[in-house]
Amino acid sequence: MSILGTRVVRTEDPRLLTAGGTYVDDLRIPELADAARVTFVRSPIAHALITGIDTTAAREAPGVVAVLTAQDLDDLPPPPPPPADGGGGEVPEGAPLPLGGLWSEPLLAVDRVRYVGEAVAMVITNDSYQGEDAAELVSVDYEPLPAVVGIGTALETETLLFEGTESNVAVTSGEATDDAVFDGCDAVIKQTIVNQRLAPMPMEGRAAAARFADGKLTYWVSTQNAQITRFILAGVLGLDPGAIRVIAPDVGGGFGAKVGADRDALLVAWAARKTGRPLRWVETRSENLVGMTHGRAQEQTVTMGGTRDGRILAYRLDVVQDTGAYPRMSGFLPFLTKLMAVGPYDIPHVQTAARTVVTNTTPISAYRGAGRPEATAAIERAVDLFATEIGMDPAEVRRKNLIAPDKFPYSTPTGAVYDSGDYATALDKVLAGAGYGELRAEQARHRERGDVVQLGLGLASYVEITAADAAGGETSRLMVHGDGTATVYTGSSAHGQGHHTAWAMLVEAELGIPMGSVTVIHGDTDLIPEGVGTYASRSLQLGGVAVVKAAQDVKEQARRVAADMLEAAETDLELDTEHGTWQVRGDPASSRSWAEVATHAGSDGLVAFVQYIGGAPTFPFGTHLAVVEVDTETGKVRLIRHVTADDAGIVISPVLAEGQRHGGIAQGVAQALLEEMMYDADGNPLTGTLADYAAISAAELPSFELLQSETPTDVNPLGVKGIGEAGTIGATPAVQNAVVDAVSYLGVIHIDMPTTPARVWAAISAARESEEGQ
Amino acid sequence: MIPAPFTYKRAWSVDEALDLAAQDGDEAKFLAGGHSLLPLMKLRLAVPEVLIDIGRLHELSYVRDDDSQVLVGALTSYDELARSSLLASELPLLAHAASRVGDPQVRHRGTIGGSLVHADPAADLPAVVMALDATLVALGPSGTREIGAGEFFQGLFETALQPGELLTEIRIPKPRAAGAWSFQKFTKRAIDWAIVGVAVQGGNVALVNMGQTPIRASAVEQALAAGAEPRDAAAHAAEGASPSADINGDRGYREHLARVLVARALEESAARS
Amino acid sequence: MKVTVTVNGSQVEAEVPDRTLLVHFLRDVANLTATNVGCDTTSCGACTVLLDGRSVKSCTVLAAQADGREVTTVEGLADGSGEMHPVQRAFQAEHALQCGFCTPGMVMATVSLLAENPAPTEEEVRSALEGNLCRCTGYHNIVRAVLAAAPAESERRSS
Repeated sequence: MSILGTRVVRTEDPRLLTAGGTYVDDLRIPELADAARVTFVRSPIAHALITGIDTTAAREAPGVVAVLTAQDLDDLPPPPPPPADGGGGEVPEGAPLPLGGLWSEPLLAVDRVRYVGEAVAMVITNDSYQGEDAAELVSVDYEPLPAVVGIGTALETETLLFEGTESNVAVTSGEATDDAVFDGCDAVIKQTIVNQRLAPMPMEGRAAAARFADGKLTYWVSTQNAQITRFILAGVLGLDPGAIRVIAPDVGGGFGAKVGADRDALLVAWAARKTGRPLRWVETRSENLVGMTHGRAQEQTVTMGGTRDGRILAYRLDVVQDTGAYPRMSGFLPFLTKLMAVGPYDIPHVQTAARTVVTNTTPISAYRGAGRPEATAAIERAVDLFATEIGMDPAEVRRKNLIAPDKFPYSTPTGAVYDSGDYATALDKVLAGAGYGELRAEQARHRERGDVVQLGLGLASYVEITAADAAGGETSRLMVHGDGTATVYTGSSAHGQGHHTAWAMLVEAELGIPMGSVTVIHGDTDLIPEGVGTYASRSLQLGGVAVVKAAQDVKEQARRVAADMLEAAETDLELDTEHGTWQVRGDPASSRSWAEVATHAGSDGLVAFVQYIGGAPTFPFGTHLAVVEVDTETGKVRLIRHVTADDAGIVISPVLAEGQRHGGIAQGVAQALLEEMMYDADGNPLTGTLADYAAISAAELPSFELLQSETPTDVNPLGVKGIGEAGTIGATPAVQNAVVDAVSYLGVIHIDMPTTPARVWAAISAARESEEGQ
Repeated sequence: MIPAPFTYKRAWSVDEALDLAAQDGDEAKFLAGGHSLLPLMKLRLAVPEVLIDIGRLHELSYVRDDDSQVLVGALTSYDELARSSLLASELPLLAHAASRVGDPQVRHRGTIGGSLVHADPAADLPAVVMALDATLVALGPSGTREIGAGEFFQGLFETALQPGELLTEIRIPKPRAAGAWSFQKFTKRAIDWAIVGVAVQGGNVALVNMGQTPIRASAVEQALAAGAEPRDAAAHAAEGASPSADINGDRGYREHLARVLVARALEESAARS
Repeated sequence: MKVTVTVNGSQVEAEVPDRTLLVHFLRDVANLTATNVGCDTTSCGACTVLLDGRSVKSCTVLAAQADGREVTTVEGLADGSGEMHPVQRAFQAEHALQCGFCTPGMVMATVSLLAENPAPTEEEVRSALEGNLCRCTGYHNIVRAVLAAAPAESERRSS
C-alpha cells in the first residue's frame, strides 16, 4: 500500500505549533547579533517632483547610524541597456521582465515619485523604535504633479508618468476589432467589467536581513525563490553569484508577491554593504499595503454572441491592465489572461486584445492566479450574461459549450494546449452535490413570497494553466546516508505548502524509507545552488517529480550496489518498498537495509541530482457553485454554501490539496465580496490599513464542500497538475454570479466586485427605478 | 506602528489619578484598556506626552444594582458587561451591545469609560448610553459632576469632560420594560465598525455613525409617541442626521440604512417586549 | 521604566522604554519569538497571547500595563510532559496551519475561547475568531481543529 493518496499530517507542524516558525524577524543568530534596523522613508504623495531632501535632523536623531538616499547609490554597476525600441509598444509575448529604458524604475527615488509608498530614503538605526522616530525627521520637498489614477484617466489624460513616452500605455498586444463574427449571432451581450485591485497581504509582510563581510554577502529574505533572488542580487550589486548566499527562512505566505526580488528588500543588501553593518528590515502592515505589489486591476470589455439555443459562437475579450506606477511585470499578466480567455469552452471565434497602462499607484505584480482569475472572471460573467439574455439556465449554457472529454489535448484559439480534462463531469458533480434543482426551487419560493432575503446561485467552470514556466523545471538532490536516513535538497521553496511532508511521502513511496527518516531542505543557495522556486502552482509537478526521478536514480544505483554486496545479478535484485529492504528475489535471508546498502556504496552514501525539465504546462479545471443570501433592503450578502470540484490530476496528499483549495477559495470569495485596494482621485490610498482593507475573516465564510475529481495528465509521470491557485480562480466568479443571480429577478444584470452592501443596494435601487420609469 | 515617545505614569488610586492629571494638564491622557487610545498613538494620530495608566483602579470596575438604576463603573470591560447577569436582566441592550464590540481580545481589554470618553460617533456604546438616558459621572479637582448622555458628546472625539476630569461611573435608569430593546449593528465584516447602527430602548432611538456624535432620532421618537407604526416612524430616521460619506457608503445609502435598521429595531423591540 | 512580567511561569524583568509594546517585550526581551506582529491597527490577531488567562492583542498592550501580571504565549502551552497541548494537537491533526505565521495567535485565541466556552458551535467559533486573520487556510480546518480540540481541552481543564 503506497503512502501516496493517503491522509498524512504535516511534519512541519510540531515545530511551528510549539516554538513558532523562524521568520526573518525571528532570526536570533550570531551573524545578526549586531544588526541595525532599516526604516524606509516613503512618499506620501502620488505624483511629484522631488526638489530637495534634507536628512540633517534625521542624522542627529538618537540611534541613527546612517541616512541613505539615491545619491548614495554610487557603487552599483550600470543598469542593462534599454531595449532597442526604447521600451514601448509591442513586447514579446510572455516576456516577464521589466521594460527598462524610458519606463525604468529607480531603486530609491531620484527626482520624482510616482506612487504613495515609493521609497525615497533609508534610515538606519540601532532599533526599530528609533527608526520610526528618525524617519519622521527626514524632510522631503515635493512639488506636486497631477495624479493619474484609474484606467480611464490614464488613457485620456495628457499627464505622462514617464518623459519621452507617447502615452501612458506601456504595452499593447493583439487586436480585437472584427465585428463580423457577432453579426451572425441570434443574441449578443456586451459588458464592461472591473476586476479590482487587491492587496496580496500575506500575514508576514516583506522582510530581509543582510550581512556583508569579507567580500561575501549573506542575505536572509522572505521569498518564494532563493536562487532567483541570488541571480538578481548579483546583477544589481555587481557581485559574483558565488559571493552571495541567499537563505529563505520560514516564510509567512507569499501568494505571488514574493516572487522575483522585491526592490526595497534588495536595498537592504546594498545598504549592508554600503554601511558595513548587518541590517534587518521588517515592514509594517501599513507599509505593506502600499509598498508590496498589488494584484489584479484590470478593466475588461466582454462581448459574447451565440444562438438562441445556447451555443456560444463568438467571444471577445478586451483588457486594459493597470500596472501601477512602474511596469514591473510588463505585459505578462494580461498575456496570461488572453491565453486563458476561452476557459473550458469550445468557442469557434475568439478575439483578445490587451493594453497595459501606468498610473500613480502601487505597482502591480502576480497575486494568486496572476492573470488567470481575471480571464475566468471575465468569461464566467459573460456566460451568465449570455444565459440571461437568451433566458436559459446558466448551468445548461455551460454544459452545451464545455469542451468534450474526447477532444484532448485541446488547442485553444488563444494558443494554449489543454492536456486533459473532463469539464462536464466536474460541472455535473457540483450540481448534484449541491442539489442544484432543490436550490432553484427554494430560490423560486423566496421570489414568490417576495422575501426580503433572496437566494442567489452562481456557477463558475474554469480551467487554468499551472507550471506555465515548465521549461524552467526544478531540481532535486537526494542523498541516502550510511545510517539509512535520507535528505532531499529541493529547488522548490515552500511557504506554507507542506513540501517537506509531501516530498518525504514521495521518497517513502519510491524507496520505502519511512517519512520520519527523510529530511527535506530548501531555500539555501549554499546547499542548493540551482533551483527555481514555488509559484505558478508548479512545485509538485516539477519539484515533486524531480524528487521522484532522483529517488529512481538512487534506486538504480542502490540496485548495483546491492547486487555487488549480494554477488547477484542486478536483474535479480528487488526493492521491498513496504519494509525498505533490498533482497535477491525469492531469498528473504539476503535482505539488506538501506543503511547497509548506502554504507557499502561509500562514505558519501548514495547521491543523485536531477534537473527535471517539465514537458509542458498542465491545466487543472473544475466547477464552483456559490449559494448566497442577499438582504434586498440593505444589500448585504452572506455566503452560505460553497461547493467545488477542483481537479488537479492525481492527488498525492489529500490533506495538503484540500488545504490549498480552502485557502484559494477564501481569497477568491474575498475578492468577490469584500476586498479592494482603493485610491482617491489624487492617488491617496483609502484602504491603507487593515481597519479599512477588508481582509476576510472566519466570520464571513462557511465551511466549504469539496468534491473529489482526479483526471490524470500525461505530461509528467505522477499524473499531477497544480492546485495552489485553482480555488481562487473558481471561487471569485461563482460568488459574483451568485450575487447577481439573487437580484436578477429585480432586473439587475451586473454588479462589479466587490459586491459590498452599498454596491448591491445601488444596483437594486437602479433596477427598481428603471422598472418604475417604464 | 510605534507610538511617539511618552512618559508613563501609573495611578494606584482615583485621587492619585487626579493629582497626576493636574500636574501634566493638556499633555496627559488617561489610559484605561487602551483599545481606543493606543491604536491612534501607534499610527501617531495622537501624541500625548504623558499617559496616566488607570488600569489598576479596580474599584472603578463594577455593575451594581441601585434600586431604580444600575451603576456601571467606568473601567468595566466590554467582556464584563457582556457577562453581567444583572445587565442581562435589567439592561440587556447594554450587555448585548458590549458583546458585539470588536472581537474577544478587544472585549477583554476595552472599557466602557474608554469608549465613551473617546467619543467616536462610529462606536457602539456612546449611542447605547444615549438610548438609555444615562448620566455620566465625572470626578475632577473641584469634585463630582453629573452630565446627561445627551450633553456629554459634544463633537467628533469631543466630550464635555474638562481637562483633568476622570469619568468614574455611568448611571443608567432601569427601563420600565427591560425587554423592549434592540441593537442593529450593520457592518460589512463582523469585526468592522458599524456603517450605521441603531440602539432602541422602549421609545428611545439612538443612532451610531450618523453624524459627528451619536444622536437621538428625535423625529422617530416623536412619531412613535404620536402612535405611528414602526415602519412609518422609521421613515423619519435620517431627519436631523448628518452622516458622512466614506468607502463604505455615501450619505444617501446611510440615510436609507438608518430607515431600514430603525424599522427593524422597532419591530424587534416590540416583538421582544 | 522597569517592567516585570511573569511569562510562561518565569519572571522576566527589564528596564525598557515606556512606550514598549508587550509584543516587543515578549519577542525581544523575553526572547520568545513565536508571537508575531501582523498589522498596526489591532486588526489581525497574530500577536494574541493570554494576559492573566484571557486573550489580548499584545500589540495593543504596553509592557507597562502587563507589569506584575502573567502572560502565556504559545511556547508556554505545553505542560512539560513532552506532549503538545490539546489545541496544538488538534491543529496538526486537522491541518489548521500552512505558513504558520498567524498560528501562535490563532492557538492562543482558541485556548481563551475554550476556557470561556467549552463546547462552542461552529458559528460561535467563527465569531470568536473574527479578530484573527489567516491568509493561507481559508479557516475551514482551523474551525475543525477548534471543534475537535474542545472535548479534550475540556477534560484537561477539569482534571
